[in-house]
Amino acid sequence: MKRVYVNEQWCLGCHLCEYYCAFAGTNERDMARALKGITINPNIRIEEYGNVSFAVSCRHCTQPLCVKGCITGALTQGDGVITVDKDKCISCYTCVLSCPFGAIAPSPDGAVSKCEMCVKSLEGVPQCVEGCPNSAIVYEER
Amino acid sequence: MAVKYIYPDYEVARNYDRCIVCRVCERQCANAAHEYVPNMDKMVSDDDKCVNCHRCVSLCPTRALKITESGHAFKENKNWSARQIKEVYKQAESGGVLLSSMGNPDDYPVYFDKILINASQVTNPSIDPLREPMETRVFLGSKPQEIKRSADGGIVCDAPVHLDLRMPVMFSAMSYGSISYNAHESIARAAEALGICYNTGEGGLHEDFYKYGGNTIVQVASGRFGVHKGYLDAAAAIEIKMGQGAKPGIGGHLPGTKTVGDISRTRMIPEGSDAISPAPHHDIYSIEDLRQLVYSLKEATAYTKPVIVKIAAVHNVAAIASGIARSGADIISIDGFRGGTGAAPTRIRDNVGIPVELALASVDKRLRDEGIRDNVSVLAAGSIRNSADVVKAIALGADAVYIGTAVLLALGCHLCRTCNVGKCNWGIATQAPELVRRLNPNSGYKRLVNLMTAWRHEIEEMMGGMGINSIESLRGNRLMLRGVGMNEKELEILGIKHAGE
Repeated sequence: MKRVYVNEQWCLGCHLCEYYCAFAGTNERDMARALKGITINPNIRIEEYGNVSFAVSCRHCTQPLCVKGCITGALTQGDGVITVDKDKCISCYTCVLSCPFGAIAPSPDGAVSKCEMCVKSLEGVPQCVEGCPNSAIVYEER
Repeated sequence: MAVKYIYPDYEVARNYDRCIVCRVCERQCANAAHEYVPNMDKMVSDDDKCVNCHRCVSLCPTRALKITESGHAFKENKNWSARQIKEVYKQAESGGVLLSSMGNPDDYPVYFDKILINASQVTNPSIDPLREPMETRVFLGSKPQEIKRSADGGIVCDAPVHLDLRMPVMFSAMSYGSISYNAHESIARAAEALGICYNTGEGGLHEDFYKYGGNTIVQVASGRFGVHKGYLDAAAAIEIKMGQGAKPGIGGHLPGTKTVGDISRTRMIPEGSDAISPAPHHDIYSIEDLRQLVYSLKEATAYTKPVIVKIAAVHNVAAIASGIARSGADIISIDGFRGGTGAAPTRIRDNVGIPVELALASVDKRLRDEGIRDNVSVLAAGSIRNSADVVKAIALGADAVYIGTAVLLALGCHLCRTCNVGKCNWGIATQAPELVRRLNPNSGYKRLVNLMTAWRHEIEEMMGGMGINSIESLRGNRLMLRGVGMNEKELEILGIKHAGE
């Protein structure tokens, strides 16, 4: 199963992955039109301290605590990808509390938001990987 | 400074309709040319700090940035150009020697651009390299002078040691120190994947790269940095650097600030000390002295490796090469005046040396006239920019070429020509860990392999067009070349006819 992995050694902390992620969620064709003047709410985030930085996004765990804790069935696992059905999410945030990676966060519309490996986006492949200028984020079998 | 004599050369043009304030430009500029202003929620740029390296332009996700020439007009004339005026201002302010990076940018003729390649029509068939075999493999070193036979009539195989290259292009000398660890790794890995060689330059060989030894040419230069028996033994060939095209007649200087950690260990000098390569080798004042060093190196490596002598293309290059061909060296490398460098005094870079095309042609002719061309292979370097330059260089008499600037461009260099500052935004000419990290060798080596693969295809296409199926048949084949817009003397030196003749 291909997943998104981050090679900390090559992460530059440029934060471009966050913007490509946010853009992928808009299903717009032009990033300037999609993201101009808004505060983005990406599903991948750069953690940094001094010269060390790396991107964190959903690990799509094989035994996901978020799915286990979801009381409405909004979070489901299929084909190895954990997706969220925003219509079912009641914003109890159990998943936010139970995710050991901090990879699920509330979104401005109330429902939780998480990395779905761009399966619902126009491109269909993870845009953080495509947009990483240093191949620090990769999409591969391990 | 209250009086600003020099106006920035470039302006950062930001399209505010497209800027989404992601701040990648700010984070990626080592020169701090971009800044976020919170109370305006806007990015602003300081043109004074921009070196036009295009890092921000290349990474801006919305194409909101471009760099334009500032268009600042001095009251210049044909004699006092803006550049002349600015250089006087700079020196009046600093009192120092002007430093520059990369090759000679001035308006001297590029002879490669005045040479055209032949193609077959009707009377001899051209060859389709996609359907028929095409040989680009070359062997560098002295050639056997005669065929020897044993008592039973078999051929005695005692050919001199040589380098075996899958295509006639090598990556030229760029030291670990002048370029980063990751740049070095990209180059070494690409050389191995391509079956060609790269050159360490005068910085020693990092212990991690000994595994690429079969594709490594180690350099012994005037400072002797990093030279020891293991270093010589690791290599496929040894190069004695007598001169460099970008700065003939002078040595090198790696500032102490770059002599850190692994670089100091690899160069075998204390951390923080300036690595100064003297202008001459202090033990070489004649061809006889050179011969001693050539044979010292051969002796040290049990005569298992060819020795290259690299010289800058200067006025008496043919006579010098003739001496080198008699010194026991196996290969002569000629570096033209457009060759790149991490740093050179501007006046030297821009005014010393001669074009490699002329130097190469005259060296090849001289060696043939003297009957010693087979003693040595000849390498041409100093701004080989594309596969057509390679073909032209080989037809002018080179066995193979070295490329340096093209390698750096493939790795991301944008020729901003500020290598000497050490803040390379592309992670190439820097030792700052956060900048070095920007060049991922996994991507870098692939880009180099791509470039060389493309060139090899093009070389094969051009050879096929000429009806030549082996690079050996192209070497010194000047009938395949014609000049345009050159005078009699230039054509005579190049040994080619004018187009139409």
